[in-house]
Amino acid sequence: MSANPKKGFVSSTLSYKGGIGHWSWILHRLGGLGIAFFLILHILDIFMVGVSKSAFEDLLFIYHEPLLRPVIWALVFGVFYHALNGLRIIIQDFWPHMFRYQKQLATTVWVIVIVLTVFLVGVDIVGMMA
Amino acid sequence: MTTRYARTPKPSGSTFELLSWFYMRASGALLALMVVFHLVWMHYVIGLNNINFDVIAGRWTGPGGIFWRSYDLTLLILASLHGMNGIRFVTDDYIHNRGWRALVKALIALVLLLMVVFGGLVIFTFNG
Repeated sequence: MSANPKKGFVSSTLSYKGGIGHWSWILHRLGGLGIAFFLILHILDIFMVGVSKSAFEDLLFIYHEPLLRPVIWALVFGVFYHALNGLRIIIQDFWPHMFRYQKQLATTVWVIVIVLTVFLVGVDIVGMMA
Repeated sequence: MTTRYARTPKPSGSTFELLSWFYMRASGALLALMVVFHLVWMHYVIGLNNINFDVIAGRWTGPGGIFWRSYDLTLLILASLHGMNGIRFVTDDYIHNRGWRALVKALIALVLLLMVVFGGLVIFTFNG
């Protein structure tokens, strides 16, 4: 339920002043949903490997089409973020005294994720230009 | 000694939600390693543009076939259950009507079953 029922769901979600932990929660959830929907699609495309060679290769545009590459980059970012932020949640849940460093941990997650994503997307762009 | 207040909900007696909480952390830790490896391997070691039928077929039927089929099956089961359980959390947060929530959860369970059946079928039965 939204924090303030008089406001809409989206505006109350966005205006809640929970700081970096709140933004982490929003992104963890959105990223998780996005990855879950990709997983369903991915199971279907790999299922086609068992149907026939051409049935699978008809779907390869998902991975080959340069115009769809930004969607793949969003997925790469989402997977890295959900994985690293998930590890932060595990650390805080199993070692509760680490909650004291929640902000530092959340910032660390962002730094690692941005470095990894920029590096891997950069490798992709250089590869596409070559 | 712990103090129980009158309005504190009594423990329900079911350990399902505790197990669910633990599963998300245990599978999450494993998935963080396995999915990142899978993603980096397919995207950068093999290369997105090189992925085709022969690459997947070779991976499952070649000398490392048993390893890759086990790896892919482990990912399939861990990730499908982790993902669908996560969507179940979201429905608990936003769908307040009991009937709709039950319906959506039944759909989530059905999708989970189909994911594991379809994915498992191709991993187990593929023979080139």
